[in-house]
Amino acid sequence: MSGQTEPFTFDDISETAIAAAIAKYPAGKQASAVMPLLHIAQRQMERAAGSAWVPRAAMDAVAARLGMAPVRVYEIATFYLMYNTKPVGKFHLQVCTTTPCWLRGSDDIVAACKKATGIAQFGETSADGLFTMTEVECLGACVNAPILQINDDYYEDLDTARTEALLAALKSGAPAPPPGSTIGRHASAPLTGQTALRSPSQATQNAE
Amino acid sequence: MAKVIVDGIEVEIANGSSVLQACEAAGKEIPRFCYHERLSVAGNCRMCLVEVEKMPKPVASCGQPVADGMVVFTDTENVRRARRGVMEFLLINHPLDCPICDQGGECDLQDEAVSYGRDTSRYDEAKRAVSQPDWGPLVKTTMTRCIHCTRCIRFSTEIAGVPELGATARGESMQVGTYVEKALSSELSGNLIDLCPVGALTAKPYAFTARPWELRKTDSVDVLDAGGANIRIDARGAEVLRILPRMNDAVNEEWLGDKSRFSVDGLKRRRLDQPWLRDGARLRPATWDECFAAIAARIKAVAPSRIGAIAGDLMDVESMFALRDLFTSLGSGNLDCRADGARFDASQRQFYVFNTSIAGIEDADAILIIGSNPRHEAPVLNARIRKRYLASPTFIGHIGLPHDLTYPAMHLGTDPSVLAALTDGSHPFAATLRAAKTPMLILGAGALARPDGAALHAAAWALAAQFNMLRADWHGFNILHHAAARVGGLDLGFLPAAGGQDTRAMLDGGVDVLWLLGADNADIAAIPPETFVIYQGHHGDAGAARADVILPGAAYTEKDGIYVNTEGRVQQGFIAVKPPGSAREDWRIIRAASASLGQPLVYDTLAALRTRLAAAHPHFAAPAAFRRLAATDLQGPAPGQVALSNAPFTAVAANYYQTDPISRASPTMAACVAAHSPADNTNFGLAAE
Repeated sequence: MSGQTEPFTFDDISETAIAAAIAKYPAGKQASAVMPLLHIAQRQMERAAGSAWVPRAAMDAVAARLGMAPVRVYEIATFYLMYNTKPVGKFHLQVCTTTPCWLRGSDDIVAACKKATGIAQFGETSADGLFTMTEVECLGACVNAPILQINDDYYEDLDTARTEALLAALKSGAPAPPPGSTIGRHASAPLTGQTALRSPSQATQNAE
Repeated sequence: MAKVIVDGIEVEIANGSSVLQACEAAGKEIPRFCYHERLSVAGNCRMCLVEVEKMPKPVASCGQPVADGMVVFTDTENVRRARRGVMEFLLINHPLDCPICDQGGECDLQDEAVSYGRDTSRYDEAKRAVSQPDWGPLVKTTMTRCIHCTRCIRFSTEIAGVPELGATARGESMQVGTYVEKALSSELSGNLIDLCPVGALTAKPYAFTARPWELRKTDSVDVLDAGGANIRIDARGAEVLRILPRMNDAVNEEWLGDKSRFSVDGLKRRRLDQPWLRDGARLRPATWDECFAAIAARIKAVAPSRIGAIAGDLMDVESMFALRDLFTSLGSGNLDCRADGARFDASQRQFYVFNTSIAGIEDADAILIIGSNPRHEAPVLNARIRKRYLASPTFIGHIGLPHDLTYPAMHLGTDPSVLAALTDGSHPFAATLRAAKTPMLILGAGALARPDGAALHAAAWALAAQFNMLRADWHGFNILHHAAARVGGLDLGFLPAAGGQDTRAMLDGGVDVLWLLGADNADIAAIPPETFVIYQGHHGDAGAARADVILPGAAYTEKDGIYVNTEGRVQQGFIAVKPPGSAREDWRIIRAASASLGQPLVYDTLAALRTRLAAAHPHFAAPAAFRRLAATDLQGPAPGQVALSNAPFTAVAANYYQTDPISRASPTMAACVAAHSPADNTNFGLAAE
């Protein structure tokens, strides 16, 4: 696997974050910081290599830093799906296909992603190395389903056309479109505008 | 104590015990896969479900602590139904490949499936299959059979202290393995095979060799290190097929080192199966009578002071006793069982045994290891030190080559100068030792073989005396031997008599006729060409190559023999197979030689020999009786002629796997050496055969 064993050392930004993470735990219990440290390593890879993943060398670095056996770190990194143990593209497309999103058309989003990126299967990376598509479970934003999480940002209320436009924009190298609802919905407010509390409540009027 | 009623039987059991232990105390058998007495409780197989009164659901008895007044049912319809359900889930992803699985016949899953399995499977989806990683030359993996009990993970993390195994990924994707494919680097990795309740981990060298019901099982004692692990020799016909540990809490618990377990294939290679006699430059096959005649002619031609004998590392007590008797009757005092050339004061038993005892390690609160690497020299004993370290805070200091001992040990230095620093208190570890209530010191036998071994011996004793290790209730002075025959030989007094020569002197031309009793690890190259060498042993190793007469003896699996382990425990092994060809048990060879030398020994049977042995050395009379020595006589060993030098300690052997004629003949051990030192893979071709 590419780059799994390339030497890995923490950079200055990471070191600051590591010091803060370890300081949260009592002395001698620094192994508790393993999850923040893996995240810090993944962030550093994103900064340095443009791909947010944790190579084995980074897991070993985390193990050495925390005085853990490397295999204990491997266990944690492979258990949690948000640590990428293989390289991912610059844009990590995480499509939610759990029931609410699926009812609201997540199959269309998957198809649109495949069409726009040329990816055939979940878990693959596009030929240009820009996109990796992953199937994820509920992202917890069902009100604005279907959801596509790209790196850290949620894009909501998608359909085929808007997904294709979004990916085209990313592909062109333009600044990423603002996250959130792609139809201008404010937070999770109803599509048809406010349906309750349209006038000041009785209680409020009485108080006046 | 808590009173628990199990199936109507009232048992009393210590608070904090598990329900499973209470059930066992009541004599009830509880099926289990993940639970193991010597490992932490994982509670993930769910096979040990029982019903407990007032608990709404069946509970996993391994993880449930007992409470006073608990009423447990182990065999209700509800329990059986629950276990059947667990078994059905376990079998969902378990392949039905028992006919081609080496575990067949000794498989926990197979056994329990008889009690709790359904006759047909209701599962008709695709079964899960995973890849088979390579864990090195000893452990064969078929991870598709894994039921995720995690015993192997817990063993390598807790007992072996080499955390290389883990459970990666999760759910159906979970795999037990090393993640990064590698050969296991523990010297105790063979125990994973015993622990695995299914056929996921099996012995690679033994793959597809035999079924357990074909094997003849013989109890014996391991001789490939000085720990004296209790073993079971499994043989079929004339061939030893495998060696497994036997349980003995005082010695090896239920573990066995990889060398002791996997050297069996060395027992059928490079064997001496007939007598040989030197004829000019070459050895030629000869008869026993020709060999004895040649020996008699040579021995009678020289003065008794010019004949000598050296006993090797693997010898049984009986043959050393017989050879000593023979030499005494010939009038020679040139005897030494210290084939490594060590010269130290063995006038008292407490000077050369592991006085604390192996089980006693668990009472120590500070341990100083000098000139030894117990991980290689006695891996099972090392696991005991680790067990002690895990049980409660134990300060461990190590003087010698820096090495990962599987537990944190403070590295104090590499040479004996540290001893002086400890004595005068200038070393910080001295304070630790002084504060300890039950400190112990382990001096490696390799250190005693140094030119200044006797001085080191005396210095270590002085240190033990200074730090209150020598008391009536606690003896903290220990020698860790690596040769199984050593303590037995020293007990017998297989040592230079007054005016007799020691190993070094005999090897350097002090004798004209030299009898090597399996002494392959002696400095054979030093023997001058004019010395007549009689080699008695079982393998064509260093000794046989130099010999003028070869008397083919029996390996430890081929004779009844008594061995004394490093703590002075007398143990008896039994014959599993006959020696090959015209090879004979060693004491018999010596008895026959004594007749042709005109000095026949007074015993004709092993029983008669043992009677004599017990009369001369009473502690051989009752092998089962073992007790720790109390330090009563504080007078230490004599410091010898050579002053203590500051030369660094060295390793006893180049590697763990090849230290004696048997393991040097073993292709499996050669493969282990190759797997662990990629630079030196000259023996790898041998392993491929």
